[in-house]
Amino acid sequence: MLAKRIIPCLDVKDGRVVKGVNFVNLVDAGDPVAQAQFYDEEGADELVFLDITASTEARPILLDMVQRVAENIHLPFTVGGGVRTVDDMREILRAGADKISINTAAWQQPELISRGAEIFGSQCVVVAIDARRHGEHWELYTHGGRNATGGDALAWASEAQARGAGELLVTSMDKDGTRGGFDLPLLTALSETIHLPIIASGGAGAIQHFVDAVQQGQADAVLAASLLHFREIQIADIKKAFLENGIPTRYEQLSDRANQI
Amino acid sequence: MIDIIDYGAGNLFSVLKALEALHAQPQIIKTPNRYRGGKIVVPGVGAFGDAMQGLRATGFAAFVQEQVQKGKPVLGICVGLQVLFASSAESPGITGLNFFPERVTRFPATHKVPHMGWNQLDVRRETKLLRGIQSGEFVYFAHSYAVTAAEQKYAAAVCHYSLSFAAVIENENLYGVQFHPEKSQRVGMQILKNFVELC
Repeated sequence: MLAKRIIPCLDVKDGRVVKGVNFVNLVDAGDPVAQAQFYDEEGADELVFLDITASTEARPILLDMVQRVAENIHLPFTVGGGVRTVDDMREILRAGADKISINTAAWQQPELISRGAEIFGSQCVVVAIDARRHGEHWELYTHGGRNATGGDALAWASEAQARGAGELLVTSMDKDGTRGGFDLPLLTALSETIHLPIIASGGAGAIQHFVDAVQQGQADAVLAASLLHFREIQIADIKKAFLENGIPTRYEQLSDRANQI
Repeated sequence: MIDIIDYGAGNLFSVLKALEALHAQPQIIKTPNRYRGGKIVVPGVGAFGDAMQGLRATGFAAFVQEQVQKGKPVLGICVGLQVLFASSAESPGITGLNFFPERVTRFPATHKVPHMGWNQLDVRRETKLLRGIQSGEFVYFAHSYAVTAAEQKYAAAVCHYSLSFAAVIENENLYGVQFHPEKSQRVGMQILKNFVELC
Protein backbone atom coordinates (compact mmCIF):
# COMPACT_ATOMS: atom_id res chain seq x y z
CA MET A 1 0.00 0.00 0.00
CA LEU A 2 1.13 3.51 -0.76
CA ALA A 3 1.90 5.06 2.63
CA LYS A 4 0.46 8.37 3.74
CA ARG A 5 3.44 10.61 4.30
CA ILE A 6 4.38 12.78 7.25
CA ILE A 7 6.52 15.75 6.28
CA PRO A 8 8.25 18.17 8.65
CA CYS A 9 8.80 21.62 7.17
CA LEU A 10 12.00 23.48 8.02
CA ASP A 11 12.45 27.19 7.36
CA VAL A 12 15.94 28.12 6.27
CA LYS A 13 17.62 31.48 5.91
CA ASP A 14 21.12 31.98 4.50
CA GLY A 15 21.62 28.23 4.61
CA ARG A 16 20.72 27.93 8.27
CA VAL A 17 17.60 26.48 9.83
CA VAL A 18 15.69 29.25 11.57
CA LYS A 19 12.60 27.21 12.34
CA GLY A 20 13.36 23.67 13.32
CA VAL A 21 13.87 21.38 16.29
CA ASN A 22 15.23 23.30 19.24
CA PHE A 23 14.45 21.25 22.24
CA VAL A 24 16.52 18.14 21.85
CA ASN A 25 20.22 17.60 22.15
CA LEU A 26 21.15 18.93 18.77
CA VAL A 27 24.69 20.19 18.84
CA ASP A 28 23.81 22.81 16.26
CA ALA A 29 20.12 23.56 15.87
CA GLY A 30 20.79 25.77 12.86
CA ASP A 31 22.48 23.03 10.88
CA PRO A 32 20.19 21.70 8.13
CA VAL A 33 22.03 18.38 8.01
CA ALA A 34 21.63 17.81 11.75
CA GLN A 35 17.95 18.72 11.50
CA ALA A 36 17.41 16.43 8.55
CA GLN A 37 19.22 13.59 10.30
CA PHE A 38 17.09 14.09 13.36
CA TYR A 39 13.85 13.83 11.39
CA ASP A 40 15.18 10.96 9.34
CA GLU A 41 15.70 8.99 12.55
CA GLU A 42 12.30 10.07 13.82
CA GLY A 43 10.68 8.39 10.83
CA ALA A 44 9.84 11.39 8.64
CA ASP A 45 8.88 10.23 5.17
CA GLU A 46 10.10 13.33 3.42
CA LEU A 47 11.32 16.82 4.25
CA VAL A 48 10.48 20.29 2.99
CA PHE A 49 13.00 23.11 3.19
CA LEU A 50 11.43 26.50 2.77
CA ASP A 51 14.03 29.14 1.95
CA ILE A 52 13.00 32.49 3.39
CA THR A 53 16.22 34.28 2.42
CA ALA A 54 15.23 37.60 0.94
CA SER A 55 18.22 38.09 -1.32
CA THR A 56 18.73 36.05 -4.45
CA GLU A 57 22.47 36.67 -4.13
CA ALA A 58 22.44 34.08 -1.36
CA ARG A 59 21.56 31.36 -3.89
CA PRO A 60 25.01 29.65 -3.76
CA ILE A 61 24.57 29.27 0.00
CA LEU A 62 21.24 27.53 -0.52
CA LEU A 63 22.71 25.23 -3.17
CA ASP A 64 25.53 24.32 -0.83
CA MET A 65 22.99 23.47 1.84
CA VAL A 66 20.97 21.30 -0.57
CA GLN A 67 24.14 19.42 -1.49
CA ARG A 68 25.10 18.80 2.10
CA VAL A 69 21.63 17.48 2.92
CA ALA A 70 21.60 15.20 -0.14
CA GLU A 71 25.06 13.92 0.76
CA ASN A 72 24.04 12.86 4.21
CA ILE A 73 20.37 11.93 4.06
CA HIS A 74 18.91 9.23 1.86
CA LEU A 75 15.40 10.60 2.10
CA PRO A 76 13.42 12.60 -0.46
CA PHE A 77 13.21 16.34 0.07
CA THR A 78 11.59 19.37 -1.50
CA VAL A 79 13.04 22.86 -1.68
CA GLY A 80 10.84 25.92 -2.04
CA GLY A 81 11.06 29.68 -1.69
CA GLY A 82 12.23 32.19 -4.24
CA VAL A 83 12.34 29.81 -7.19
CA ARG A 84 11.60 31.92 -10.25
CA THR A 85 13.13 30.31 -13.31
CA VAL A 86 13.78 26.95 -14.91
CA ASP A 87 17.47 27.55 -14.20
CA ASP A 88 16.71 27.96 -10.49
CA MET A 89 14.89 24.64 -10.62
CA ARG A 90 17.70 22.92 -12.47
CA GLU A 91 20.37 24.11 -10.03
CA ILE A 92 18.44 22.95 -6.99
CA LEU A 93 17.60 19.57 -8.50
CA ARG A 94 21.17 19.04 -9.62
CA ALA A 95 22.32 19.78 -6.09
CA GLY A 96 20.31 16.77 -4.93
CA ALA A 97 16.78 17.94 -4.12
CA ASP A 98 13.98 15.72 -5.43
CA LYS A 99 11.30 18.31 -5.92
CA ILE A 100 10.92 22.03 -6.28
CA SER A 101 8.02 23.87 -4.77
CA ILE A 102 6.83 26.98 -6.61
CA ASN A 103 4.18 29.40 -5.48
CA THR A 104 4.25 33.08 -6.46
CA ALA A 105 6.33 32.50 -9.59
CA ALA A 106 3.92 29.80 -10.76
CA TRP A 107 0.98 32.19 -10.53
CA GLN A 108 2.90 35.00 -12.24
CA GLN A 109 4.24 32.79 -15.00
CA PRO A 110 2.22 29.55 -15.20
CA GLU A 111 4.44 28.32 -18.03
CA LEU A 112 7.07 27.72 -15.35
CA ILE A 113 4.97 24.72 -14.30
CA SER A 114 4.68 23.40 -17.86
CA ARG A 115 8.34 23.91 -18.66
CA GLY A 116 9.52 22.46 -15.38
CA ALA A 117 7.34 19.39 -15.89
CA GLU A 118 8.54 19.01 -19.46
CA ILE A 119 12.22 19.27 -18.63
CA PHE A 120 12.45 17.57 -15.24
CA GLY A 121 9.26 15.52 -15.12
CA SER A 122 6.02 16.21 -13.29
CA GLN A 123 7.24 14.38 -10.21
CA CYS A 124 9.75 17.21 -9.59
CA VAL A 125 7.22 20.03 -9.69
CA VAL A 126 5.23 20.85 -6.58
CA VAL A 127 2.84 23.78 -6.79
CA ALA A 128 2.27 25.41 -3.41
CA ILE A 129 -1.16 26.96 -2.98
CA ASP A 130 -2.01 29.33 -0.15
CA ALA A 131 -5.77 29.67 0.12
CA ARG A 132 -8.20 31.66 2.25
CA ARG A 133 -11.94 31.16 2.36
CA HIS A 134 -14.25 33.85 1.00
CA GLY A 135 -17.87 32.81 1.27
CA GLU A 136 -18.36 29.77 -0.87
CA HIS A 137 -14.94 29.65 -2.44
CA TRP A 138 -11.25 29.89 -1.63
CA GLU A 139 -9.08 32.71 -2.87
CA LEU A 140 -5.48 32.17 -3.91
CA TYR A 141 -2.78 34.20 -2.14
CA THR A 142 0.84 34.69 -3.16
CA HIS A 143 3.98 36.29 -1.69
CA GLY A 144 3.87 34.17 1.44
CA GLY A 145 0.21 34.91 1.96
CA ARG A 146 0.52 38.70 1.73
CA ASN A 147 -1.05 39.28 -1.68
CA ALA A 148 -4.60 38.39 -2.60
CA THR A 149 -4.70 37.43 -6.26
CA GLY A 150 -8.45 37.48 -6.76
CA GLY A 151 -8.00 34.03 -8.31
CA ASP A 152 -9.96 30.98 -7.27
CA ALA A 153 -7.72 28.46 -5.53
CA LEU A 154 -9.58 25.43 -6.89
CA ALA A 155 -9.53 26.73 -10.45
CA TRP A 156 -5.82 27.43 -10.06
CA ALA A 157 -5.25 23.90 -8.74
CA SER A 158 -6.92 22.54 -11.87
CA GLU A 159 -4.77 24.69 -14.09
CA ALA A 160 -1.61 23.62 -12.26
CA GLN A 161 -2.64 20.01 -12.78
CA ALA A 162 -3.33 20.57 -16.47
CA ARG A 163 0.08 22.20 -16.84
CA GLY A 164 1.85 19.18 -15.45
CA ALA A 165 2.32 19.79 -11.73
CA GLY A 166 3.12 16.55 -9.95
CA GLU A 167 1.84 17.45 -6.52
CA LEU A 168 0.06 20.24 -4.66
CA LEU A 169 1.14 21.61 -1.29
CA VAL A 170 -2.01 23.24 0.02
CA THR A 171 -1.88 25.62 2.97
CA SER A 172 -5.08 26.89 4.49
CA MET A 173 -4.42 30.44 5.65
CA ASP A 174 -7.56 30.30 7.76
CA LYS A 175 -6.19 27.34 9.68
CA ASP A 176 -2.47 28.05 9.63
CA GLY A 177 -1.20 28.77 13.13
CA THR A 178 -4.55 28.02 14.80
CA ARG A 179 -3.74 24.41 15.76
CA GLY A 180 -7.44 23.75 15.28
CA GLY A 181 -7.00 21.05 12.67
CA PHE A 182 -6.46 20.97 8.92
CA ASP A 183 -8.98 22.64 6.61
CA LEU A 184 -11.12 19.61 5.83
CA PRO A 185 -13.65 21.36 3.55
CA LEU A 186 -10.79 22.76 1.44
CA LEU A 187 -9.05 19.39 1.25
CA THR A 188 -12.29 17.62 0.40
CA ALA A 189 -13.16 20.14 -2.31
CA LEU A 190 -9.68 19.69 -3.81
CA SER A 191 -9.71 15.92 -3.69
CA GLU A 192 -13.03 15.91 -5.56
CA THR A 193 -11.58 17.82 -8.50
CA ILE A 194 -7.85 17.09 -8.48
CA HIS A 195 -6.14 13.81 -9.30
CA LEU A 196 -2.71 14.77 -8.02
CA PRO A 197 -1.19 13.86 -4.67
CA ILE A 198 -2.08 16.55 -2.14
CA ILE A 199 0.02 17.61 0.85
CA ALA A 200 -2.15 19.17 3.55
CA SER A 201 -0.66 22.07 5.47
CA GLY A 202 -1.84 24.51 8.12
CA GLY A 203 -3.69 23.86 11.35
CA ALA A 204 -2.10 20.74 12.82
CA GLY A 205 -2.52 20.74 16.58
CA ALA A 206 -3.30 17.19 17.65
CA ILE A 207 -2.74 13.64 16.48
CA GLN A 208 -6.38 13.25 15.48
CA HIS A 209 -5.97 16.16 13.04
CA PHE A 210 -3.53 14.15 10.98
CA VAL A 211 -5.90 11.18 10.92
CA ASP A 212 -8.77 13.46 9.87
CA ALA A 213 -6.76 15.13 7.10
CA VAL A 214 -6.10 11.72 5.57
CA GLN A 215 -9.44 10.01 6.23
CA GLN A 216 -11.84 12.90 5.73
CA GLY A 217 -9.77 15.32 3.70
CA GLN A 218 -8.26 12.50 1.63
CA ALA A 219 -4.83 14.09 1.81
CA ASP A 220 -1.90 11.98 0.60
CA ALA A 221 0.58 13.63 2.92
CA VAL A 222 0.50 15.92 5.92
CA LEU A 223 2.93 18.69 6.64
CA ALA A 224 3.68 20.21 10.02
CA ALA A 225 6.27 22.57 11.44
CA SER A 226 6.21 24.00 14.95
CA LEU A 227 4.08 21.20 16.38
CA LEU A 228 6.84 18.75 15.49
CA HIS A 229 9.73 21.12 16.11
CA PHE A 230 8.55 21.82 19.66
CA ARG A 231 8.19 18.08 20.26
CA GLU A 232 4.57 18.45 21.26
CA ILE A 233 3.78 15.54 19.01
CA GLN A 234 6.28 13.06 17.65
CA ILE A 235 6.13 11.45 14.26
CA ALA A 236 6.03 8.00 15.85
CA ASP A 237 2.83 8.98 17.69
CA ILE A 238 1.17 10.04 14.43
CA LYS A 239 2.26 6.84 12.72
CA LYS A 240 0.94 4.78 15.60
CA ALA A 241 -2.42 6.53 15.23
CA PHE A 242 -2.31 5.87 11.48
CA LEU A 243 -1.75 2.18 12.10
CA GLU A 244 -4.59 2.03 14.64
CA ASN A 245 -6.90 3.70 12.14
CA GLY A 246 -5.96 1.43 9.28
CA ILE A 247 -4.09 4.18 7.42
CA PRO A 248 -1.11 2.85 5.47
CA THR A 249 2.11 4.21 6.92
CA ARG A 250 5.81 3.50 6.60
CA TYR A 251 6.66 2.12 10.00
CA GLU A 252 10.38 1.53 9.48
CA GLN A 253 11.58 2.74 12.86
CA LEU A 254 8.27 2.65 14.60
CA SER A 255 8.80 -0.60 16.44
CA ASP A 256 12.05 0.55 18.04
CA ARG A 257 10.69 3.96 18.86
CA ALA A 258 7.39 2.60 20.13
CA ASN A 259 9.29 0.45 22.59
CA GLN A 260 10.98 3.48 24.04
CA ILE A 261 7.77 5.42 24.53
CA MET B 1 34.16 0.54 -9.13
CA ILE B 2 30.93 1.95 -10.52
CA ASP B 3 30.48 4.38 -13.39
CA ILE B 4 27.31 6.46 -13.42
CA ILE B 5 26.57 7.54 -16.96
CA ASP B 6 25.65 11.19 -17.43
CA TYR B 7 23.54 11.65 -20.53
CA GLY B 8 21.81 14.81 -19.30
CA ALA B 9 19.24 13.08 -17.14
CA GLY B 10 19.32 15.51 -14.25
CA ASN B 11 20.14 14.61 -10.70
CA LEU B 12 23.09 12.24 -10.44
CA PHE B 13 24.43 13.79 -7.27
CA SER B 14 22.30 11.79 -4.83
CA VAL B 15 23.15 8.49 -6.54
CA LEU B 16 26.84 9.40 -6.53
CA LYS B 17 26.78 10.27 -2.83
CA ALA B 18 24.85 7.13 -1.89
CA LEU B 19 27.42 4.97 -3.71
CA GLU B 20 30.26 6.92 -2.12
CA ALA B 21 28.79 6.21 1.30
CA LEU B 22 29.00 2.51 0.36
CA HIS B 23 32.68 2.90 -0.60
CA ALA B 24 31.89 1.83 -4.16
CA GLN B 25 34.37 4.29 -5.73
CA PRO B 26 31.75 5.74 -8.04
CA GLN B 27 32.38 8.32 -10.70
CA ILE B 28 30.17 10.15 -13.17
CA ILE B 29 31.17 9.75 -16.80
CA LYS B 30 30.00 12.00 -19.61
CA THR B 31 31.34 9.93 -22.49
CA PRO B 32 31.79 6.17 -23.00
CA ASN B 33 35.57 6.55 -23.39
CA ARG B 34 35.85 7.47 -19.68
CA TYR B 35 34.51 4.05 -18.70
CA ARG B 36 36.78 2.19 -16.29
CA GLY B 37 35.46 -1.30 -16.96
CA GLY B 38 33.38 -1.86 -13.82
CA LYS B 39 29.70 -1.77 -13.06
CA ILE B 40 27.39 0.73 -14.73
CA VAL B 41 24.48 2.74 -13.34
CA VAL B 42 21.93 4.23 -15.74
CA PRO B 43 20.11 6.96 -13.78
CA GLY B 44 17.15 8.86 -15.09
CA VAL B 45 14.47 11.37 -14.40
CA GLY B 46 12.30 13.13 -16.94
CA ALA B 47 10.65 11.66 -19.99
CA PHE B 48 11.42 8.37 -21.74
CA GLY B 49 11.92 10.09 -25.11
CA ASP B 50 14.34 12.68 -23.73
CA ALA B 51 16.28 9.96 -21.96
CA MET B 52 16.61 7.89 -25.14
CA GLN B 53 17.59 10.96 -27.12
CA GLY B 54 20.28 11.74 -24.54
CA LEU B 55 21.52 8.16 -24.51
CA ARG B 56 21.85 8.14 -28.31
CA ALA B 57 23.39 11.61 -28.60
CA THR B 58 26.13 10.75 -26.10
CA GLY B 59 26.84 7.32 -27.52
CA PHE B 60 25.75 5.68 -24.29
CA ALA B 61 22.89 3.75 -25.94
CA ALA B 62 25.26 1.62 -28.01
CA PHE B 63 27.73 1.54 -25.13
CA VAL B 64 25.22 0.08 -22.67
CA GLN B 65 24.10 -2.51 -25.20
CA GLU B 66 27.69 -3.54 -25.79
CA GLN B 67 28.58 -3.76 -22.08
CA VAL B 68 25.48 -5.78 -21.25
CA GLN B 69 26.53 -8.22 -23.99
CA LYS B 70 29.97 -8.42 -22.41
CA GLY B 71 28.38 -9.36 -19.10
CA LYS B 72 29.02 -6.12 -17.19
CA PRO B 73 26.48 -5.55 -14.40
CA VAL B 74 24.15 -2.68 -15.33
CA LEU B 75 21.60 -1.08 -12.99
CA GLY B 76 18.87 1.18 -14.34
CA ILE B 77 17.14 3.51 -11.88
CA CYS B 78 13.61 4.90 -12.44
CA VAL B 79 13.50 6.04 -16.08
CA GLY B 80 16.82 4.17 -16.28
CA LEU B 81 14.80 0.98 -15.76
CA GLN B 82 12.17 2.02 -18.28
CA VAL B 83 14.69 2.60 -21.08
CA LEU B 84 15.72 -1.06 -20.81
CA PHE B 85 12.36 -1.83 -22.43
CA ALA B 86 11.17 -1.62 -26.02
CA SER B 87 9.04 1.52 -25.90
CA SER B 88 6.88 3.73 -23.72
CA ALA B 89 3.42 5.24 -23.96
CA GLU B 90 5.10 8.44 -22.76
CA SER B 91 7.02 8.90 -26.00
CA PRO B 92 5.32 7.10 -28.90
CA GLY B 93 7.59 6.21 -31.79
CA ILE B 94 10.78 6.21 -29.70
CA THR B 95 12.59 2.89 -29.39
CA GLY B 96 14.16 1.99 -26.06
CA LEU B 97 17.28 -0.05 -25.45
CA ASN B 98 15.07 -3.05 -26.08
CA PHE B 99 16.54 -5.63 -23.69
CA PHE B 100 12.96 -6.54 -22.81
CA PRO B 101 10.10 -6.56 -25.33
CA GLU B 102 7.41 -4.88 -23.20
CA ARG B 103 6.00 -1.39 -23.56
CA VAL B 104 6.05 0.96 -20.58
CA THR B 105 2.51 2.20 -19.85
CA ARG B 106 0.92 5.11 -18.01
CA PHE B 107 -0.91 4.44 -14.77
CA PRO B 108 -4.67 4.52 -15.30
CA ALA B 109 -6.55 7.46 -13.79
CA THR B 110 -8.29 5.26 -11.22
CA HIS B 111 -5.59 6.30 -8.74
CA LYS B 112 -3.68 9.54 -8.41
CA VAL B 113 -0.83 10.05 -10.86
CA PRO B 114 2.13 10.39 -10.29
CA HIS B 115 2.50 7.38 -8.02
CA MET B 116 4.36 9.36 -5.38
CA GLY B 117 5.76 8.25 -2.07
CA TRP B 118 6.62 5.14 -0.12
CA ASN B 119 5.14 1.86 -1.27
CA GLN B 120 5.84 -1.76 -0.45
CA LEU B 121 7.82 -4.32 -2.35
CA ASP B 122 6.19 -7.65 -3.06
CA VAL B 123 9.19 -9.92 -3.52
CA ARG B 124 8.59 -12.59 -6.14
CA ARG B 125 11.88 -14.41 -6.05
CA GLU B 126 15.16 -14.42 -4.18
CA THR B 127 17.65 -12.54 -6.29
CA LYS B 128 21.08 -11.04 -5.78
CA LEU B 129 19.76 -7.48 -5.78
CA LEU B 130 17.12 -8.31 -3.18
CA ARG B 131 19.35 -10.10 -0.72
CA GLY B 132 18.13 -9.27 2.79
CA ILE B 133 14.99 -7.53 1.52
CA GLN B 134 11.60 -8.77 2.68
CA SER B 135 8.19 -8.38 1.14
CA GLY B 136 6.40 -5.46 2.74
CA GLU B 137 9.42 -3.20 3.02
CA PHE B 138 8.95 0.36 1.80
CA VAL B 139 10.83 2.19 -0.93
CA TYR B 140 10.34 5.65 -2.45
CA PHE B 141 8.64 5.98 -5.83
CA ALA B 142 7.98 9.07 -7.97
CA HIS B 143 6.71 8.15 -11.46
CA SER B 144 3.70 8.19 -13.77
CA TYR B 145 4.72 5.32 -16.08
CA ALA B 146 5.56 1.73 -15.25
CA VAL B 147 6.03 -1.77 -16.60
CA THR B 148 2.95 -3.86 -15.92
CA ALA B 149 4.20 -6.84 -14.01
CA ALA B 150 1.72 -9.46 -15.12
CA GLU B 151 3.62 -10.24 -18.29
CA GLN B 152 7.09 -9.35 -17.02
CA LYS B 153 8.81 -12.59 -16.20
CA TYR B 154 12.01 -10.91 -15.02
CA ALA B 155 10.28 -8.94 -12.28
CA ALA B 156 12.04 -9.93 -9.06
CA ALA B 157 9.72 -7.73 -7.02
CA VAL B 158 6.49 -6.04 -7.94
CA CYS B 159 4.55 -3.21 -6.35
CA HIS B 160 0.80 -2.74 -6.21
CA TYR B 161 -0.89 0.53 -7.07
CA SER B 162 -3.71 1.08 -9.54
CA LEU B 163 -2.08 -1.86 -11.26
CA SER B 164 0.75 -4.17 -10.30
CA PHE B 165 4.01 -3.20 -11.88
CA ALA B 166 7.64 -4.28 -11.95
CA ALA B 167 9.53 -2.62 -9.08
CA VAL B 168 12.73 -4.64 -9.48
CA ILE B 169 13.93 -6.29 -12.68
CA GLU B 170 16.71 -8.81 -12.71
CA ASN B 171 17.96 -10.95 -15.58
CA GLU B 172 21.53 -12.19 -15.42
CA ASN B 173 23.72 -9.06 -15.40
CA LEU B 174 20.88 -6.65 -16.12
CA TYR B 175 19.16 -4.97 -13.17
CA GLY B 176 16.55 -2.27 -12.82
CA VAL B 177 14.64 -0.55 -10.02
CA GLN B 178 11.60 1.63 -10.62
CA PHE B 179 11.97 3.39 -7.27
CA HIS B 180 14.82 5.62 -6.06
CA PRO B 181 17.13 3.49 -3.90
CA GLU B 182 19.28 6.55 -3.16
CA LYS B 183 16.23 8.11 -1.49
CA SER B 184 14.86 4.97 0.11
CA GLN B 185 16.82 5.08 3.31
CA ARG B 186 17.91 1.74 4.82
CA VAL B 187 16.11 -0.49 2.31
CA GLY B 188 17.38 1.46 -0.67
CA MET B 189 20.93 1.48 0.65
CA GLN B 190 20.79 -2.29 1.17
CA ILE B 191 19.76 -2.77 -2.46
CA LEU B 192 22.56 -0.49 -3.68
CA LYS B 193 24.97 -2.35 -1.41
CA ASN B 194 23.85 -5.62 -2.96
CA PHE B 195 24.63 -4.19 -6.39
CA VAL B 196 28.01 -2.93 -5.21
CA GLU B 197 28.89 -6.33 -3.80
CA LEU B 198 27.92 -8.35 -6.87
CA CYS B 199 30.78 -10.29 -8.31
